Amino acid sequence: MQSQAGFDAASDLLSNSFLAKLIMWGFVSALLYHFVAGIKHLIMDLGHCEELESGKLAAKVTLIVAGVLVLLAGVWIW
Amino acid sequence: MVTSITNFGRSGLYDWMMQRVTAVVLMAYTVFIIGYLLFSSDLTYAQWSALFENTFMRLFTLLAILSMAAHAWIGLWSVSTDYIKPTGIRFVFQSVCGLLAFVYVVWGIQILWGL
Repeated sequence: MQSQAGFDAASDLLSNSFLAKLIMWGFVSALLYHFVAGIKHLIMDLGHCEELESGKLAAKVTLIVAGVLVLLAGVWIW
Repeated sequence: MVTSITNFGRSGLYDWMMQRVTAVVLMAYTVFIIGYLLFSSDLTYAQWSALFENTFMRLFTLLAILSMAAHAWIGLWSVSTDYIKPTGIRFVFQSVCGLLAFVYVVWGIQILWGL
């Protein structure tokens, strides 16, 4: 990507190739889930959500938030 | 006491702390990049390369690359010591992780500052 051509090739690939979009979405989704779960862990490190009920709730919230972000990423990529 | 030599820092606590510190750095970098991409409609090559001409951006990116190397090493080290019991295979796995981390760091520096 040192040149305009490289940039065009990349943007062309990402806007037209189904496989490229699928792979990109896969990686972005993994990152988003890791991101949200990581934030949950940082919160837990601060001493919150450590009991059974609060922990379970935090896990559910994490899954829901990550799911929403993954869908948004899908819309953004497609 | 089991003395481990393949972990990242001198002590488990150091690794624990570094994992969190690098996570925060990576979180900031991720938010920045996603924000930048969201708010720059029809991004051009000129705009994108100009962003990385900026010294602060290069340093921030280097910090993120180094953080990712450390974050990934500590994370994967934890995974490998949990799940890969046979020492030989675990050592190969960790070596490959180390090599990949090295490749990404060198490649990143080449992209940011190389000719």
